[in-house]
Amino acid sequence: MSMRVNGDLHEIGLEPRVSLLDALRDHLGLTGSKKGCDQGTCGACTVWVQGRPVLACLTLAVACEDREITTIEGIAPADGLHPVQRAFIEHDAFQCGYCTSGQIMSAVALLRDGGAETDDEIAEYMSGNICRCAAYPNIRAAIREVRDADLETSGRA
Amino acid sequence: MRPLGYTRVSTVDTAVAAVGADATSTFLAGGTTEVDLIRLGVSRPDVLVDINSLPLKEIAYTNDGGLRIGALARMSDVARSPEVTYNFPALSQSLLLGASEQLRNMASMGGNLCQRTRCAYFRDAVSPCNKREPGTGCSALDGLNRGHAVLGTSEQCIATHPSDAGVAMVAFDAIVHTVGPSGARSIPIDDFYLLPGASPDVEHPLEHGELIVGIEVPPAPSARRSLYLKFRDRQSYEFALVSVAAAIEVREGRVADVRLALGGVGTKPWRARRAEVALTGGPATPQAFANAAAHELEPASPRRYNAFKVPMAQRAMVRALTRAMNGGA
Amino acid sequence: MSTAVGRPVNRVDGRCKVTGAARYTAEIVLPGLVHAAVVGADIPSGRVTAIGEERTRAADGVLSVLTHENLSRIATQPPLLPSLLGTAAPGETFFPMQDDVVHYAGQPVAIVIADSHERAQYAASLLDVTYERTDSTTTIDEGRAAAYEAETLFGRLLPARNERGDVVTALARAPVRVDVAHHYAANHHNALEPSATTAVWYGEHLTLYDSTMGIRASQLTVASLLGVPISHVRVITEFVGGGFGGKALTWPHVTLAAMAARHVRRPVRLSLTRPQTYTSNGHREEQEQWVSLGATKDGLLTAVRHEKLSVTSPFDDWAEPATGVTTQLYACENYLGFHRLIRGNTMTPTFTRCPGESLGVSTLEVAMDKLAYATGVDPVELRLRNHASVDDRGNAWSSDGLEECLRTGARRFGWAQRDPEPRSRREGDWLIGSGMSVAAYPVAFFMPVQQARVRIYSDGSAVMQSGTQEFGTGSTTVMTQVAADGLGMDIRDVTFESGDTDLPNASASVGSMGASMVSAAVHNAAVELRRQLVAMAVADTGSPLHGADPSAVVVHGSRMSLDDTAGAGESYAELMRRNHLTMTEALGSWTPPPMDTPHGLLTFGAHFVEVAVDPELGLVRVRRMVGVFAPGRVLNPKLARSQLMGGMLWGMSQALLEGNQMDPRLGRWGARNLGEYLVPVNADVPDVTVEFVDVTDTVVNPLGVKGVGEVGQVATAAAVMNAVFHATGRRIEKLPMTPELVMDPPDTPA
Repeated sequence: MSMRVNGDLHEIGLEPRVSLLDALRDHLGLTGSKKGCDQGTCGACTVWVQGRPVLACLTLAVACEDREITTIEGIAPADGLHPVQRAFIEHDAFQCGYCTSGQIMSAVALLRDGGAETDDEIAEYMSGNICRCAAYPNIRAAIREVRDADLETSGRA
Repeated sequence: MRPLGYTRVSTVDTAVAAVGADATSTFLAGGTTEVDLIRLGVSRPDVLVDINSLPLKEIAYTNDGGLRIGALARMSDVARSPEVTYNFPALSQSLLLGASEQLRNMASMGGNLCQRTRCAYFRDAVSPCNKREPGTGCSALDGLNRGHAVLGTSEQCIATHPSDAGVAMVAFDAIVHTVGPSGARSIPIDDFYLLPGASPDVEHPLEHGELIVGIEVPPAPSARRSLYLKFRDRQSYEFALVSVAAAIEVREGRVADVRLALGGVGTKPWRARRAEVALTGGPATPQAFANAAAHELEPASPRRYNAFKVPMAQRAMVRALTRAMNGGA
Repeated sequence: MSTAVGRPVNRVDGRCKVTGAARYTAEIVLPGLVHAAVVGADIPSGRVTAIGEERTRAADGVLSVLTHENLSRIATQPPLLPSLLGTAAPGETFFPMQDDVVHYAGQPVAIVIADSHERAQYAASLLDVTYERTDSTTTIDEGRAAAYEAETLFGRLLPARNERGDVVTALARAPVRVDVAHHYAANHHNALEPSATTAVWYGEHLTLYDSTMGIRASQLTVASLLGVPISHVRVITEFVGGGFGGKALTWPHVTLAAMAARHVRRPVRLSLTRPQTYTSNGHREEQEQWVSLGATKDGLLTAVRHEKLSVTSPFDDWAEPATGVTTQLYACENYLGFHRLIRGNTMTPTFTRCPGESLGVSTLEVAMDKLAYATGVDPVELRLRNHASVDDRGNAWSSDGLEECLRTGARRFGWAQRDPEPRSRREGDWLIGSGMSVAAYPVAFFMPVQQARVRIYSDGSAVMQSGTQEFGTGSTTVMTQVAADGLGMDIRDVTFESGDTDLPNASASVGSMGASMVSAAVHNAAVELRRQLVAMAVADTGSPLHGADPSAVVVHGSRMSLDDTAGAGESYAELMRRNHLTMTEALGSWTPPPMDTPHGLLTFGAHFVEVAVDPELGLVRVRRMVGVFAPGRVLNPKLARSQLMGGMLWGMSQALLEGNQMDPRLGRWGARNLGEYLVPVNADVPDVTVEFVDVTDTVVNPLGVKGVGEVGQVATAAAVMNAVFHATGRRIEKLPMTPELVMDPPDTPA
């Protein structure tokens, strides 16, 4: 089958039972997406399919043929960082780092789609991404910062 | 995960034919329930028929002001569509309070109605469980049953139905449209969910290969001021301990129309008909709400760890009715 | 002359974590890698009577099936000791698959090795294991009658009973007495990265990639169990996705991975599934605690009695020690603390974040809250009145700060505005309450000599190395800061390397000791290398510093100069190149003070919490948390704040969400996934205020670091419990305080 991941087309032979998460991690070497539960309960495997955040552990790779996959490895140029990545570092929005890819994939989608106007909205949207180190307040702070910077640059502030 | 065959279909007819012809096959939509249960060894299909390419994603008003929702519309799209948020806020809220954003982006509406219980004994693939392995017994009856149902239970099963959207749907008398090997039909949602009785493994009146193609929600005057309240341990990303969908129409202090349904407490999304009957035509007072709520829970069969759901459900109903009467959430 | 230490430097490994480039153990790829899946016992007690392997062996990709019938025997089972000691440190003194006996559900009974993870898992599910079940004990209620008093805890390191004065008489005579009896559910770590080990043999030499909080413990434990020389075992861990105690000791799956790799002669990756993590790396045991306080009418303590009862495994006397702080936090002449145990069919419990004191001090601090109400003394004032000026041996604190923590916290929180009357504040459906507690966590000198090595290259770059590990604490960042300051270099010119047993020895990073013990060795190594280079410069006729007094030489930005003549000097690189030195290095070590060092050794703090309680539905929402701590020198306030906040939120979670329960009929944990074992999500968590009180500690180590990993969680649960009481007027005596416990019983007056 063929899969388009971060703009690159990959031809891979996979059994239908292989999850998108295992396909990315074990077959394409894209280990940024994490396996925290393999049961849809933690969000560490969050990637985008057709631009929408989904759980790669409950998605079969074979069902993603002809679909556009975006992972943490694909949201910024190789030598740069996405503003959300920078804000996560600045606000210490992670500790062990294992949930971070998923958090960022959700956060970037949230900021892109709008709906991060209040802390309550951010918290609810981001609740599908468990952080066992409990960096949640810092994650919210990072998202707020990027939101407010976006508002400033777009002249709406 | 067990080895699987996989095929992708692009029309309803080929989907129905494909699954109908093979007893070991099943439909694959969002996968949030099916892929999880296959990996757990609870669901054991040999072939998945991927229906995601079917043209069943519309969300639109019907001519009479109701809603028609395609079976493959995603939870997040339905929750945020203006048709739903404006005319059926309880449905929108129930969807947004379910699962997580990622899961809502994946899960289809048809799949949501069909989701399986979160009973740990059902999901562990080894404990005695009449729903998973008929005749083996129910481990939850005298086990860890905090999350289990108190309404609609039987001696064979007390597993809670986990859907939030289903609760709003039963409150609104939704109709499930299907196409199967024997043709198309429409099933009132309350009949779409079966009580466990003596056969908890049979959850819906569907034949093998019968596919949900859409859900119709008829218009209701009170629906525009409906609401959905969900109470749980966590503040998000958790199934309900108790949830309530409520809509109420009060004229001159009397209840003219009321719709009330409960989640988290029933073996199916629970239409609170006893309470509705008790309320209709009577005064819209806190005492009347409390009496009706108590009446609804009279048939409850609490177990060791879930007895709290009886008072909790009653209090939640009173709160939901009070808020609905005062103009929504 | 600190320039990096104490600054809120961003994590040096931040970039690779936010880009997904950081590789965790299960992401290490080796040529010919195959995958192992563990099959755990379905029963809690009994025997394996038969194992049908046909379907498993016939499944696609299967290479081998290992059971007790064909797995090699272990060489030497080392005793259970905390990994902080720097010795072998198995999580339990039982090794599975040596015979057919089953001691606990989830105990490994077979391993299936296949060419992919998916295939190994599926083939493992086909294994047909038949058991003979015998009676089991998995709960306190089942084993209460068979409880016995433990003599020692932690592998005989600590006495399980501590006594002074006459607590019975003192309690009987006390003008005021309060009693607390609490039940605490078991906790599971749930690090987001399930433990994983990848094992590869190179001839007789074994390399293990292991997700561990203690590479040395893994090395020594596996060497002992396999009977191979320590020098033949190398353990590497680059990134670890959280530990929280579950990766502090070396559990059987690590050695099983090595055995599997030896058996199939291929590199083997063994990743635990999420459900397996509930039966593979220990847990915080189900427990009950009792505290009785006797006091004067002014609230001065005259008697403290603290008892704990908990479930341990069939093989080990393990209890997290509950009384280590109770015995010394408050001055009191009559004291008794002891631990009772029940042997149950669980694996050996283990360290779980803030072991012992999170619940031990919580029990004490709820009792203190009750005492405050019983005496009419303000809770903060009550703590100040009773805070001991010396420890239980009469030694002065190495540093204190509790009073400042309490006063600062009370001010930040607005404690003075609080009406102590319970159930006196309502906002709509919510009752509002506030509560506080004292936190204190021991500074323990169990560890052996800690070592670090530093090298400077002739281009002016430096690398500091120590065999510690990074699992989110920020050790890589703070050690870079400490190294830079010790060397007199810019942080950008210094790299810190860890996570490899080939590096100098450091102990497992547990008990809040990681930063303090490793920073001491790093500091000493850096200072030693600087001393050597300065000595070389002043002896070098070619150096501008020739003949200078070495003690007058200062180093900034890698440049050595005399502090009174800004002009004269040279860089390390200039000195080294002139002397044809490509590289120069120094080893630094730190010998901890003796365990009986004559100082009181606690890290202090205080918690203030505001909750909203919906009394009809039993919902509790934490609205505000203020924590003030005195952890000695703060190496990096940004990272320390994150650690302390994480601890506070773990305490909040322990109070409200987290608990696992055994189904005694099946002898299995009720919750075995993150949908059932509830940890907080973003929406549960309020913004958290963390403040530091500055205390100087000259006893604990050269930099005066006391550690921040645990103290944030000490008695946080008590602050929440006290706040819920203040909100509702009802004392909840169980954790977690789920809605059914908190909701008003029928007919409660509003």
